Amino acid sequence: MLNKIYDWVDERLDITPLWRDIADHEVPEHVNPAHHFSAFVYCFGGLTFFVTVIQILSGMFLTMYYVPDIKNAWESIYYLQNEVAFGQIVRGMHHWGASLVIVMMFLHTLRVFFQGAYKKPRELNWIVGVLIFFVMLALGLTGYLLPWDMKALFATKVTITIIESVPFIGEYLKILIAGHSDIIGAQTITRFFAIHVFFLPAALFALMAAHFLMIRKQGISGPL
Amino acid sequence: MSKQRVTRRQFLNYTLTGVGGFMAAGMLMPMVRFAVDPVLKHNAAGDYVVTKQKIDEITNEPVRVDFSFEQKDAWYTSEVTNTAWVYKDENGEIVALSPVCKHLGCTVDWNTDATHPEHFFCPCHNGLYTKDGVNVPGTPPAAPLDVYPYKDVDGYLALGKAEPRKGA
Repeated sequence: MLNKIYDWVDERLDITPLWRDIADHEVPEHVNPAHHFSAFVYCFGGLTFFVTVIQILSGMFLTMYYVPDIKNAWESIYYLQNEVAFGQIVRGMHHWGASLVIVMMFLHTLRVFFQGAYKKPRELNWIVGVLIFFVMLALGLTGYLLPWDMKALFATKVTITIIESVPFIGEYLKILIAGHSDIIGAQTITRFFAIHVFFLPAALFALMAAHFLMIRKQGISGPL
Repeated sequence: MSKQRVTRRQFLNYTLTGVGGFMAAGMLMPMVRFAVDPVLKHNAAGDYVVTKQKIDEITNEPVRVDFSFEQKDAWYTSEVTNTAWVYKDENGEIVALSPVCKHLGCTVDWNTDATHPEHFFCPCHNGLYTKDGVNVPGTPPAAPLDVYPYKDVDGYLALGKAEPRKGA
């Protein structure tokens, strides 16, 4: 059945070369843990992507209940955690996954660094990777405020104070990010929410696309 | 054992698809159950709300009775006001009709359409109901107005959750 549908589409659109080009390529021996167990270090990039997919999915589902508002944010999370089936699991995935992304990304970075895989001709991919790292950190930061509990509030106060210490433009940066010159409140949480679910993911998708395109174009770096 | 040999490629395909499917299901099942939760939650039957309408003051003429109650909407609790059109029918039975039009949910009013006096009238699409709440054929509504179950609480009218009329 599925094969027939696939054949029907393929006959008209010739989609086989499309996915072959993306998915069908040989794993070099030095990257295959079946040949050299130490090659498991090559998994960290893929694991980062895998956890990122979980983050995107669980985040999409969480917004079905979450409200980015100072009165309702905490209440809505309390509700989804205690009244909605699997609420604890879905929020747990997003909560723990957030830390796991950072861990996996860090391990991936270490591998690339110590193997010297960032060297010519892959410098651009390293740069894009570092940008992804920053976007991920920003996602973690903006997401941290959203539960609107005491930890979230004071963590954000600290962040905003750090941003304020930037020379010359610190004050303006602070207002830009907090939405107000001295309140961390209604405007801050909506800003952080918009940045967390729209702006940063958009940047992340673009950067990841560039990251993966470059890998396909240049191939994995050779054995040590 | 069947005569058809499973090739190495087939075996790997099946096991990888199976394990992958299991992992994907483990990931997606909680999220899907989470998303469909409102569909599976059953609504508790509404409690009766006591109105300010004295039962012995109800006449044959429909009167508008507003009643407020605390509505719990997930994490948001608020005071909500509902309306009933209340009168006594020719047998002296109390009738409490929901004002929600059975066409598309607008609010009907009593005796407001000059060309059809003594009818419930919906301004959205000119739906009409007779005094007993039955929809007038040829107007948009396809069913009679819902009816509130009622109770007598110390001489005051108490209303439950409006229900569709059976067999009308």
